Amino acid sequence: MTVIQTQIRSGVYYDSAKLMQLQRQLSDLPGIQDAGVVMGTESNKELLSHIGLVSPEMQSAKPDDLVIIVKADDEKAAETALSRVDELLAARKSTLDQEYLPHSIEAAAQMLPGASWVLVSVAGRYAAGVARDALRLGKHVFLFSDNVSVEDEIDLKQKARELGLLVMGPDCGTAMIGGAGLGFANKIRRGPIGVVAAAGTGLQQVTSRIHQLGSGITHGIGTGGRDLSEKVGAITFLMGLDVFVRDPDTKVIVLVSKPPAPKVAEEVIKVARKAGKPVVISFVGRAVTTRQDGNLYFATGMDDAASLAVELANHPPKLETDNELNLNRFAAGQKFFRGLFSGGTLAYEAQHILADYVPKVWANAPINKENKLPNSMVSQEHCIVDLGEDEFTVGRLHPMMDNELRIRRLMEEANDPTVAVIMLDVVIGYGSHPDPASELAPAIAEAIANARKAGRHLEVVCVVTGTDEDPQNFDSQIRQLKQAGAFVDASNEVVVRRAGRILRALAESGSETGITGTPVNLDTLKKPLEAINVGLESFAENLKAQGVPTVHVDWKPVAGGNEKLASILERMKKQS
Amino acid sequence: MVDIEKANQYVCEQFMEARPVVVSMGKAIEVVPGMHENMLLHAGPPVTWERMAGPMRGAMIGALLFERKAKTPEEAEAMLKSGKFEFAPCHDHMCTGPMAGVISPSMLCYIVENKTHNIKCYSNLNEGRGKVLRMGAYSQDVLDKLYWMESVLGPTVKAALEASGGIDIRAILSKALHMGDDGHNRLDAASILYTTQLAPYIAKVAKDTQTAFDVIKFLGENALSILNPVMAACKTMTAAGENVEGSTIVTIMARNGTDFGIRVSGLGDRWFTAPAPHVKALYFPGFTEKDANPDIGDSTITETAGIGGFAMATAPAIVTFISGTPQDAIKTTLDMYEITYAEHKYFTIPFLDFRGTPTGIDIRKVIEKQLPPRVNTGVAHKDPGVGQVGAGVVSAPMKVFEDALVAFAEKYGF
Repeated sequence: MTVIQTQIRSGVYYDSAKLMQLQRQLSDLPGIQDAGVVMGTESNKELLSHIGLVSPEMQSAKPDDLVIIVKADDEKAAETALSRVDELLAARKSTLDQEYLPHSIEAAAQMLPGASWVLVSVAGRYAAGVARDALRLGKHVFLFSDNVSVEDEIDLKQKARELGLLVMGPDCGTAMIGGAGLGFANKIRRGPIGVVAAAGTGLQQVTSRIHQLGSGITHGIGTGGRDLSEKVGAITFLMGLDVFVRDPDTKVIVLVSKPPAPKVAEEVIKVARKAGKPVVISFVGRAVTTRQDGNLYFATGMDDAASLAVELANHPPKLETDNELNLNRFAAGQKFFRGLFSGGTLAYEAQHILADYVPKVWANAPINKENKLPNSMVSQEHCIVDLGEDEFTVGRLHPMMDNELRIRRLMEEANDPTVAVIMLDVVIGYGSHPDPASELAPAIAEAIANARKAGRHLEVVCVVTGTDEDPQNFDSQIRQLKQAGAFVDASNEVVVRRAGRILRALAESGSETGITGTPVNLDTLKKPLEAINVGLESFAENLKAQGVPTVHVDWKPVAGGNEKLASILERMKKQS
Repeated sequence: MVDIEKANQYVCEQFMEARPVVVSMGKAIEVVPGMHENMLLHAGPPVTWERMAGPMRGAMIGALLFERKAKTPEEAEAMLKSGKFEFAPCHDHMCTGPMAGVISPSMLCYIVENKTHNIKCYSNLNEGRGKVLRMGAYSQDVLDKLYWMESVLGPTVKAALEASGGIDIRAILSKALHMGDDGHNRLDAASILYTTQLAPYIAKVAKDTQTAFDVIKFLGENALSILNPVMAACKTMTAAGENVEGSTIVTIMARNGTDFGIRVSGLGDRWFTAPAPHVKALYFPGFTEKDANPDIGDSTITETAGIGGFAMATAPAIVTFISGTPQDAIKTTLDMYEITYAEHKYFTIPFLDFRGTPTGIDIRKVIEKQLPPRVNTGVAHKDPGVGQVGAGVVSAPMKVFEDALVAFAEKYGF
């Protein structure tokens, strides 16, 4: 039994669309066959009659009246429906504070113009494209995504370097910028230590230890694990290092890496040496041969790196610089080392230590066979000659007792215009020459004078092994050698390292190793972090929880993943 | 190599700087370029009688009855089938027509002149809501209304327009967007502004008070009075940006009830088409989506010019068509910023700090973000002779943008 019920409301106004919506909602209610919600105009009434929604009330409605009419299975259904009209008219679907999610980094950047960072954690095959968009807009990139090709990584990092932007990643798990953590990160106190890491958990471990030891960090810059491979060549790592070199708030720099390509590691160390700040280095798998080399501190592990850094931050060391080496005294072309040793072990150790500074040291008694000096009588490049070896002592006293041969060789080496540094060992004590310095010192003075006449500076360095109780008088030996113009020390290592530093500095003076491209604008790291997030929504939530203004992008693959269209778009972008 | 950015900037600048003024009226055969006795214009891209949608066929039949070329619908249908008449898109003749958009030779057309670029576009007169020719209805009452418009409404409005010196449509739209209109589906405010500006001149030029009363009442009661001149006005804007080498901006979006078509500035007069989608709509009593014809009409020229669905944030009342909230309207506009090249200089949205409406659809952005343009529109019954059954929103089909992008890449060597 079909019933029709009508409700007339006078003097009310609703938008016609709102009325159509109400009509549909009424039709959807249980037991309702059809419904009409219209103003009572003649044409509307005609329309209602046409579809069988007729009632006397409806027919007498005036154009200003709102007519609500339902056709129902029974009276109860009709009454229930009509009783819900007010509720349905008032209903709202969602709240107004719902935030707008943009569909592109571009739109997000308009919403948050202060954002300098874009976090990318979309699927690997799309990640490089998203990162490129971020770079185009002048944003640093935290690239969490993995499965990005090394070719894309190189391309992105080279572009970024030109623009003065950092690409941290791909596969970069962690970064801490201005006190906020990106990706996986710990809550680390702010402080004077800057960390660059090609190692996600390495960055977390080192910075956590720094925090535990009461200090803190300026930033923790991640680079992705492949940055120190030969192909990538530490592009981001070097840019990160450069950031900390220039950042006045960073007093100590820590460099952490998973096992790096040895060549790249040496390149990084070379750059780090010019930092002008203490740099603590912890490269997994790289043998530590010395604790300290100028401003560089070599840690035995990550924990050691953290404690070293904190110690250096708390007690800033006075750093040696290359200035005191007075490199400008040397003439062009002077670059080689000649070691004229009487002691075999001293000579071996010198070879070993010098390997930290120069690529190859020849020797008549070499550590490795391939470094064997072809002719002991003729020096070449960097070389160490042990005059106590058999080829020199046939029919002659050992050089610890007889200085004649060594003096002759000294004068020869001194006349070689490619020689910069000559090293002598003076071993005193029982059995040795009664006063070796009395013969060696005048020869040294003459050698230096000859070089000076030829327009060169000859650096002569001597190690004296002995004690003040030895018959030759240790102090007198040192005094005589110093007066002749030599650098003298009782430690073989100290003397060799000084020589090494001079040689390395001379070798590097021609080749500048500074950063190519544009330096990163430090203000972009210094100002409070604001970020755009593309990919994992939890990263945006984490940033917001840290009080970082963040816009999450409702991202979809370019052209819905249609590769043909996506590649057309990419080509068009490259053109512009 | 072409400079896409520069080309797009130029195109959008032309869109925005166009200043359309409705100046007069004239019979199609006298004013529309290329019109002839046996030509029938229609909405959207080209279409044959065989593929023509129901409401458009109905409007064609109604047009022949109106023209008194046929005496019965059956006779009209036979003539239309015979190949005697040339069907052509309104857009190819500087016209735009809402829904079926049928314009026949003796119909009166608004003349809208873009004073900046000296471009003239045309559109027919709006019949109001309900059973109307543009929705495919052709019963006697529909024809009677057309004859009244032809003999009373048209001449009076024409005389009033000429007496007024022309009415600036861009200025009216700028105001109406601040009064809750989107400029396409909701033109309540603009129609009132239009009527208010015209009424004194109607009073002056009408042949008697009854005529003045009838005309002003008709214009004032029809919330879509201004739709047709608005569409012609939007066409004068986008026409100013057509055929610019290297531009990826859409200059026309139009539907004929069978196909949805676009044209792109840098790709000349080529249409890119795909099947017209169905509209997500609210229906009048007694109708459901089963009765609905697919998307139809030239009115999407408003979205092409930067208003309509793109300006939804300023017309929140419209969202009830899709059971949405005002927030949905804002979201729609914000989404459209992502696929447009410019923000309009003269059409602004108070709620968004008077930000300009999203203007100039860039096919690159549509494809990249997979965000099709959103359109607010009416829905016609799929059968000839019935009329409007609802209204709602619809998204343009992605295929037209995909095809256009590929064609662009081919033409310009990307």
